[in-house]
Order: sequence, then C-alpha cells, then structure tokens
Amino acid sequence: MRKLALSDEILLSVDKPARYIGGEVNSVMKDPEKVDIRFAMCFPDVYEISMSHLGLQILYDMFNRRDDVYCERVFSPWVDLDRIMREKNIPLFALESQDPVKDFDFLGITLQYEMCYTNILQVLELSGIPLHADERGEEDPIVIGGGPCAYNPEPLAVFFDLFYMGEGETLYDEIFDLYKANKKQGGSRKDFLEKAAELPGIYVPGFYEVDYKEDGTIAAFRPINSHAKPVITKELVMDMDSAPYIRKPVVPFIKVTQDRVVLEIMRGCIRGCRFCQAGNVYRPLREHSLEYLKDYANQMLKSTGHEEISLSSLSSSDYSKLEGLVNYLMEEFKGKGINISLPSLRIDAFSLDVMSKVQDVRKSSLTFAPEAGSQRLRDVINKGLTEEVILKGAADAFHGGWNRVKLYFMLGLPTETVEDMEGIALLAEKVAETYYEEIPKSERHGKVQVVASSSFFVPKPFTPFQWAKMCTKEEFLERAYIVRNKFKEMLNYKSLKYNWHEADLTVLEGVLARGDRKVAAVVEEAYKNGALYDSWSEHFKNDIWMKAFETCGLSIDFYTTRERSLDEIFPWDFIDCGVSKKFLIREWKQAMEAQVTPNCRQKCSACGAMKFKGGVCFENKN
Amino acid sequence: MKIRIKFAKHGTMKFIGHLDVMRYFQKAMRRADVDIRYSEGFSPHQIMSFAAPLGVGLTSNGEYLDIEVHSTGSSEEMIRKLNDVMVEGFQILSWKKLGDDAGNAMSLVDSADYTLTFRKGYEPEDMESFLSGLEAFYSRPSIPIIKKTKKGEKEMDLKPLVYACQVTRGETPSIFVKVSTGSSNNVKPELFLETYCNECGFPFSPFTFEIQREEIYAPGFVPLNDLGENIE
Repeated sequence: MRKLALSDEILLSVDKPARYIGGEVNSVMKDPEKVDIRFAMCFPDVYEISMSHLGLQILYDMFNRRDDVYCERVFSPWVDLDRIMREKNIPLFALESQDPVKDFDFLGITLQYEMCYTNILQVLELSGIPLHADERGEEDPIVIGGGPCAYNPEPLAVFFDLFYMGEGETLYDEIFDLYKANKKQGGSRKDFLEKAAELPGIYVPGFYEVDYKEDGTIAAFRPINSHAKPVITKELVMDMDSAPYIRKPVVPFIKVTQDRVVLEIMRGCIRGCRFCQAGNVYRPLREHSLEYLKDYANQMLKSTGHEEISLSSLSSSDYSKLEGLVNYLMEEFKGKGINISLPSLRIDAFSLDVMSKVQDVRKSSLTFAPEAGSQRLRDVINKGLTEEVILKGAADAFHGGWNRVKLYFMLGLPTETVEDMEGIALLAEKVAETYYEEIPKSERHGKVQVVASSSFFVPKPFTPFQWAKMCTKEEFLERAYIVRNKFKEMLNYKSLKYNWHEADLTVLEGVLARGDRKVAAVVEEAYKNGALYDSWSEHFKNDIWMKAFETCGLSIDFYTTRERSLDEIFPWDFIDCGVSKKFLIREWKQAMEAQVTPNCRQKCSACGAMKFKGGVCFENKN
Repeated sequence: MKIRIKFAKHGTMKFIGHLDVMRYFQKAMRRADVDIRYSEGFSPHQIMSFAAPLGVGLTSNGEYLDIEVHSTGSSEEMIRKLNDVMVEGFQILSWKKLGDDAGNAMSLVDSADYTLTFRKGYEPEDMESFLSGLEAFYSRPSIPIIKKTKKGEKEMDLKPLVYACQVTRGETPSIFVKVSTGSSNNVKPELFLETYCNECGFPFSPFTFEIQREEIYAPGFVPLNDLGENIE
C-alpha cells in the first residue's frame, strides 16, 4: 500500500480526505530515486478548483513525458487541514509520492487570480520554504510563478525566484536541461538563476531594482545583474499542432468543478474587448487543426472515461472549423452516453441548433454577455454585441423552447453614466418583452426568467483600460443600487432578477492587479494576520486587509482610484506581451471617443502581436 | 443481461466515499469499453446499482455492484479488462451472469462479515482479558442497547442481530463478526464493539479498530456471488 503523509486519524477527521491522498486514475507514479528533477506543480487553492485547471494538467502531462523529470501536484490544504498541519508541524507534501515539497527541485505555482496570493504564502510556509526568495538557501526548491497574473508579477516579486512569462510549452525543456547541467557542474542556486535569466521569457525579480518618485510612481526599473535583460518577451506556441496536449488527464475521485474532458480548440481572441486582459495578452489567435482535436478528443475520453467533453477557448464561435468539430463530436460520441458542452458560444442560428441537440432545452438557460447596458458604453468597451443581435438571439431561442436567459454586465466601466446603468434594467426588460411578444400564450412553458448579474470592473494590466480610474467601494454599491431601483420600475419586474458581486473583494483585486513591489508587504502582513482563501467569500476577512494597508503605510486609492497619466511607468511595463503600449494608448483614446475597433479578422489594427509571425495575423495570406 | 461484479477495496481507497466510488465505476465502465446499458431519456445514465454502501475508512474484500449489459465477453476476459483500468486499491474479483428475474444486490442484502483489528496505538494493555471478556459478553442471552431514532430513544436487543463473533489470538489479534445488514436492522460492527467497550470500561474511539468487510450475504447466508454464474 502507498504510504500517506497524513495519519488515518487526520484523514478521517477532515472534510473530503480524497483531496490529499493522490492515487487517482492517470496520476503518474515514478520512482523519485530514478529521476534527476522533481517538480512540484502547485495551484494555490483547494483541490476541486485546482484540479479543474487546464494549464496545470497540460504541463503535468508534458513534464512527465520526460524520463528524467517527475512532476507531482500540490494544492492548498483546506482550512481544516491547514490548522492541523500547523498544530502538528506536518510539512506540506505532494500528492503522488506524499514527500515533503521542500525536498523538490522546483515548486511551480500557477497564478490564475489575484485573490489567491495569500494561499501562495500558505503553501510556502507549510512547506517550510522561506517566504522571501532572498532568504532561500541551496537546499530550497526554486520557486517559479506563471499564468495570467504573472503579467504583473510585481506584487509577488519578493516571493518568487523566477517568473515564466507566457505559455509553458516552449521553455521548460531548456530550463530543465540548464538545471541539470548546472547541478552537474556543481553550480549554485545563483548560477542557475543567472543562466535562466538569459532565457527569453524568464524574469528573475531579484536581478532588478526599482526607483520611485516622490509621488510613489515609478521613476526607473532596471536590471542590476549583467545576465538580466531589460525587457522580457512572453513565450508562446506558434504552431499549435506541434505542441503536446494532454493524453491522459488525471481523473479525480471527488467531484471537481470541471468534471469533464476539456478540449482547448484555440488560444487568443480576435475580439479586442478593451477591458479583457486575456484577449490582449494571449494574442494572436492561433487555432488547432480539426484532425488534432479529433485525435485528442478520442484519446482523452478513452483514457478518462468521462461522460462529458467541453470545448475551451475565449470565444468558441470564432473557431473557424467549429461546425465540423461539433458535428464530429455529436456523431462520434452522442450515442455513447457522452454529453457535449459548448461554453462561450455566440447565440445564433447555428449555436441554437447545436445546443438544442446536445442539451435539454427546458432545463438549460441561455447566456449573453453584453457587459454594458447601453450601445454607447458597449462601443466604449469595444464589445461588438448590439441590442438588435441580443433580442434576435433571444427571440430565436424562445422559439426553440428556451425560456431562461442570463445576462452578464460590468458596473464601474470608464465613462459610465446613470443612463448606462439603467440600460441594464431596460435591456433585461426588453428581453422579457420579446418573450411575451414572440411566443403566443398557448405555447409558453411558464414565465420567462431573465437573470442579470453584474460584476464590478477592475482595470487590468495590458488592456486599454490600464489607465482607467477604478471606482471606490461606495461608488460601486451606489451604482448597483441605481440598477436595482431601475429594475423595480420595470413592467415585467416579476420575470427579472438582478444580482451583483461583492465590492470589498473587487477593491482588493484592483490593488493587486495593478500593484507594484510595495504591495508585497501588504499581502504578507494580511497573511500573517490570518487572511487565507480570500476568493472564498465565507473566508474573506476585509478588516485584516484594511489593517494591513494601514500597518504598511500604503494607500488603496493610489492603486485604484488614482488618475494615471499616459507617460507613467507602470510596474509591468518591462514585459512585452506582443500588444504594444502605443496600441493600448490608441485604444484608450478610441474608447474615450466611443469608437469601435474592428476585430482581427475584419482588419488588422497593428496591435503589435504580428511580430510573433503566425496565427490570425497571417490567415489567408499564404 | 444482468451482471454482478464483486470487487475489493483496499489501501488508500478506503478514504473514497460511496458516491465517489459510484462515479469511479461509471468512468471505469467507459474506460474498459464495457457494453453497458443506459437508461432512456434526455440524459441517459448507466444501469448500475451497488449492494451496500461501505463507510469511509473501511476496507473490503467483498463489495458488489450489479449492472446491465448488451453483450459480454467471458468472465475471465471482463475481469481482466476492468482490472486493466483500475487504480491501486480497487480489484475486480468476479464477473457473473445473473438470471433475468434475479433481484438486485441491494434488495438482497441481509448480513455481512467483518474483521476488526486494533489500529496501531489503540491496543488494550491486557489484550487477553479484552478478548476473553468479549467472548463472555457475546455469550450472554441478550445485549440490550439504547438506540437513538428520529422519534427518540428506544431499547433494542443486539444479540439476535449479531450472528457470530469469533476471536483470533496471536501476533495480530482480530475479531470476526457476522451482523445483520440491509435496510432494516442494519448493525454496524463498531456498534457492537462500542457497546462492549463501554461495558468493560475500555475507552472506545472511532479510530480504535481498523475494519474490513469480508463478504455480503443474501438471506440464508448465501454470498451474493453464489447467485450468479461464471461466463466461460
């Protein structure tokens, strides 16, 4: 029997012990003695969230294809086990070998959302690894960060030895080879970091220094080690079909958020929504071929036994071979008890036809993401969706048998007026009215249900809105109340529902998203005072964070509501993600004029990503 | 065609709860390409039912599930196919064909065998007096207990529901019990041992024993396995 790091008594007294035992279908077992490199791949959240993350499974599969590397998983222990591990001094362990993380060569942490930052410190502390990179010794693992939040790594800079910018498939082989060679030559930790710093997408924060102006903004950012380069260019896969995908995804025993095969059909997005970080940093759009996807769909369904397959991308409707792919999946798998789920589809005749075939119309709801309540504001954010298209889509859907619609919005967008806010209620009302106009009484299946939700807008790095002033908590809530009150005036009020997100959390997310190196002290202070699992509303303790800002002498407004000038040096400006600052400034100005920019397939807007020489930028140009 | 599968659950798999074991087997059927029948309707599910849920923390040498299939290979082939897709800790022991009118495993469950051993660190100082005391306890004509029900407390006699209790002495002493199981008069083996411990003053905790289910029986102490036939 496999030896476990935790005793029966502990495992039988915590919630969901299966989170900590490993041994799942397709989890990789190797003899740690027979590899050169041990890599602990960490998602700093609870098992069910972590195991739903596609990127982690891709890298896990890819690393373990190498005979000299053993990649294992490590996640945040839930609060019940966290308490026990601290009380009993049990070191954090990896799921496969159950060995302490501290014995590994690397600890790679994926940064998927800002509110997991205190969990990173939890993982480090429970592992017995010093929180600060400059306090680590030769025996400590090299701590690597990657993922979307690495596009502004500065609030975490002191905690990481290095950051990997961009897509993981391209550089890790070189990193591993470098590490092995360095170890063989008897090189030190610093020797390795210096060699790694010369690789294109690698940022070693310890090799850089920041000077600040009196007003707290950045005066200069520069390398202080000859191996470090001034600009870090993101890594990306240019030939998608040559990249390894997952052949054998790990199949959790317990139900996780993403309990299905996930097939990534493409990366990047042509749309250019001005609030969206993913749409900018993952440019250009690059597709997988149909043959590649068919092959992996078959392999993954066979190796997992999952009963569902889902397509993944930022906007599936923009995949040029979508129809062929969906038809293939339906013909091949529908009769075998396998469900097909199609998130992020634009509502049109094709998608409604497909959806009516793959899901139970009566039970499912239709989702639109207009993001803003008025056409003017939708033009500001460059969201191409018009009211006409939404109402036409809704009408078609109602005829197809649906009677539940979800609408997603953001509040606090730049230039937003009361009219824009009230537009949310008016649009929801029009959708409801469409139902009653289109569907005769005799054919209705009960009332129509329109649920509108709004999140609060957080300006993100590498978007045209990175200069935007964010709302205060009070302003956010005020706006939500304006929308709510407008809903109450609507004729079909009883068919409508309106929800909004938590404002406290949004403000903090805003600080961490555009934070600088100084913010690290706040994260550490909040963590030391008990902040953990901040993205879980039942565990989020706003007062601890507020006090941490006070203790560290940092102003929240400096990071959120402050007006930023176009020539300000941002903490993330040293990263080159393809999209140029010049383009972002142009887009920011266009936004202020409520001018839309065409998508990448309509017309190239010279964003800068063409320099990677591939993807949508070169479609039909052969 | 109705099929009864017997499997063992060992090692770290004791931490996987019943609902997750069901999900595990649904996926295993697809991995092994078992030609299983699905229910009709918009979201079809596999026709599959388990004999008796096993509590988290327990291991077993005798778990059962019934399925319906359109076609099947020989028992040997099907056992191999399924074992090829099992994880460490789950092992398929038999694959048997049931008669078309056979009742499902769940409705047949009547009794079960368990072996209990002391978890390391929980052994009594005087093992012999604990074991001989247990034998004397079991030989009583009645063992009254207070059972908490939804309506309140009621007194009942455990004795007629514990069909056997045997002690094995030696390096690793163990206690074997055969108890009533199923929807009515379900007796957990630890209830019997807890009653004894309370009586003799031995501190009982949920961790005192490692418990393993050995077999599940239909009425008349017929192992569920014996109701099916091997496929050659």
